[in-house]
Amino acid sequence: AYRTDEGQPWVLPVVKKVEQMIANDNSLNHEYLPILGLPEFRANASRIALGDDSPAIKENRVGSVQSLGGTGALRIGAEFLRRWYNGNNNTATPVYVSAPSWENHNSVFMDAGFKDIRTYHYWDAAKRGLDLQGLLNDMESAPEFSIFILHACAHNPTGTDPTPEQWKQIAAVMKRRSLFPFFDSAYQGFASGSLDKDAWAVRYFVSEGFELFCAQSFSKNFGLYNERVGNLTVVGKDADNVQRVLSQMEKIVRTTWSNPPSQGARIVATTLSSPQLFDEWKGNVKTMADRVLLMRSELRSRLEALGTPGTWNHITEQIGMFSFTGLNPKQVEYMIKEKHIYLMASGRINMCGLTTKNLDYVAKSIHEAVTKIQ
Amino acid sequence: SSWWSHVEMGPPDPILGVTEAYKRDTNSKKMNLGVGAYRDDNGKPYVLNCVRKAEAMIAAKKMDKEYLPIGGLADFTRASAELALGENSEAFKSGRYVTVQGISGTGSLRIGANFLQRFFKASRDVYLPKPSWGNHTPIFRDAGMQLQGYRYYDPKTCSLDFSGAMDDISKIPEKSIILLHACAHNPTGVDPRQEQWKELAAVVKKRNLLVYFDMAYQGFASGDINRDAWAVRHFIEQGINIVLSQSFAKNMGLYGERAGAFTVICSDADEAKRVESQLKILIRPMYSNPPVNGARIASLILNTPDLRKEWLTEVKGMADRIISMRTQLVSNLKKEGSSHNWQHITDQIGMFCFTGLKPEQVERLIKEFSVYMTKDGRISVAGVTSGNVGYLAHAIHQVTK
Repeated sequence: AYRTDEGQPWVLPVVKKVEQMIANDNSLNHEYLPILGLPEFRANASRIALGDDSPAIKENRVGSVQSLGGTGALRIGAEFLRRWYNGNNNTATPVYVSAPSWENHNSVFMDAGFKDIRTYHYWDAAKRGLDLQGLLNDMESAPEFSIFILHACAHNPTGTDPTPEQWKQIAAVMKRRSLFPFFDSAYQGFASGSLDKDAWAVRYFVSEGFELFCAQSFSKNFGLYNERVGNLTVVGKDADNVQRVLSQMEKIVRTTWSNPPSQGARIVATTLSSPQLFDEWKGNVKTMADRVLLMRSELRSRLEALGTPGTWNHITEQIGMFSFTGLNPKQVEYMIKEKHIYLMASGRINMCGLTTKNLDYVAKSIHEAVTKIQ
Repeated sequence: SSWWSHVEMGPPDPILGVTEAYKRDTNSKKMNLGVGAYRDDNGKPYVLNCVRKAEAMIAAKKMDKEYLPIGGLADFTRASAELALGENSEAFKSGRYVTVQGISGTGSLRIGANFLQRFFKASRDVYLPKPSWGNHTPIFRDAGMQLQGYRYYDPKTCSLDFSGAMDDISKIPEKSIILLHACAHNPTGVDPRQEQWKELAAVVKKRNLLVYFDMAYQGFASGDINRDAWAVRHFIEQGINIVLSQSFAKNMGLYGERAGAFTVICSDADEAKRVESQLKILIRPMYSNPPVNGARIASLILNTPDLRKEWLTEVKGMADRIISMRTQLVSNLKKEGSSHNWQHITDQIGMFCFTGLKPEQVERLIKEFSVYMTKDGRISVAGVTSGNVGYLAHAIHQVTK
């Protein structure tokens, strides 16, 4: 979760404002939302992902399912795919998850009934970057119609995203091999500070004519973690197909949570449908993204100033909340035990944990770990 | 071509269809008796005062929005368990239970269904009363279970077929799962009397069945939370380690906030901890962690003496209004000159009433009188007001005389 420079959670100012508006609106009640969610939320959420001028939206071939966070959106999509994709109830369809990935991806697809979950090459530990060739090779050799979970931006946990040129290569292979793109978009706006930039990959795939799913989370970019606000965006060939897909997703939702929670969706819908509040929100998002970007550049410059062995440009080249530092398990243990700095055994740090007050200490500690422990 | 060419259009939801047709109707006297939500005597949604107060208190606290634990808000889950089990419950005091927050009743049922599928290896069979809430079947089916039934509602008397139920239940294979509605049976409104619950507990114990209670209307049925939880508590006292799903949609009017809980009564606190760990493993790949708003409101109400007192009064108010509408409907039918026995309307309890009306009669009610209900003759008494109960009685009399 995001933290301020004081190391505190941050409720976005625009969220506070909108919550007050909602509290003061006596016409509102606590009635059930429709099964697929609050209509104003669904339409706005998908519009954010696909862009105001999206051809898919213009052609009325976009569907949306309000979900319990990004996880809920992934789960509804997975349950639908297991029932209806590549045949009926074809649990054998391979599902590819990046190596590494958010560990819950595996569980979501497994619990949805898929029997064959594989990894695709992603992180190159030696060069501390994307293993593009490994990734493309895996896509070439994947069985036709395999499902690929793609991180739309700010890859979790490596922070390493394909460049636009690399995305183009990925899309070309996926098209040729008839692979299904299931995007996980948990950090739109939060990664670069720009909603459009962070949605580039999803929009490119849409422009290339793909049918795809995009699981969106508003936990981070709206700071609405515990309200569970998410959206599954469905892009299909035409309105008729999307309508039938949504009708079946409705059945899945009905046996999972019946209808989604209203508070978080109201906050997001109100914000996104008011030009003024929307601008305010974009400002809040940029504040968060900029702080993380600042911490990245400050950490890197300190390490380089200290002359810490190795190269540290990956710290600023990576994007989003997380960074794969390249520290090995022994060095991580040193950080935890000797320096009381907590990070994952994989060397992943949460950039949000850095503050102007602790930057020096963290940089020095990394320096010690790298020089003392091999 | 599309990946989805072969995807069939899902069947329209029958209850939603009722509301859709009602909305299109231009008759000023129209009545929507399909609605599964409480309405006040003006036919309007009712936000409880204690809920408004709790919301104001929450807003003033200016809390952050950090994720809840996977199992939910601890103050909420503890209070939910205590509400169901009773503060003097040995099971509650000893800590031999685990309660996780669920997405209202549906989400709690689903967590339980998934848990049984994964860990209850003795049987795949879940026995539902005939009839039961329409969504029970697909929930258990999607969780990988199989559905069976036991006799419950007697259409000839519009009441409980107790001997049929006892007969069927006594023949259920050992270690099967049986689902029971704790109070205010949906859709019939027919509940066993306490003496009958005692016999049901005995036969269920004899057959060594796993009991799954669905309690969606505690407080809302009789107006008394302890009375409505009597069956749940009795079973536990008889040594039956039940599993239980609770909803706060109706009794706190928190429908869209999705506040609910799933409880497993265990042998001891250690078993409860192990069960909890497995429930979390099931929840995480579904939605990671639950929504805070409804749980916070419910928790504040249950844990703040003044608010809790106010809530008990308000929930009794809702239950009393429903009971009063039942009484008025029967007396109005008598005034219309109906010679039928309508006693079941006042014998039944909770939001719903199985009128006993046949599909042809229901169709006439819809077409000729703009009175909307589901084909099975179920009405939501919550949709009846002192302003329209006379019209309803008149319409029913016309199609049944």
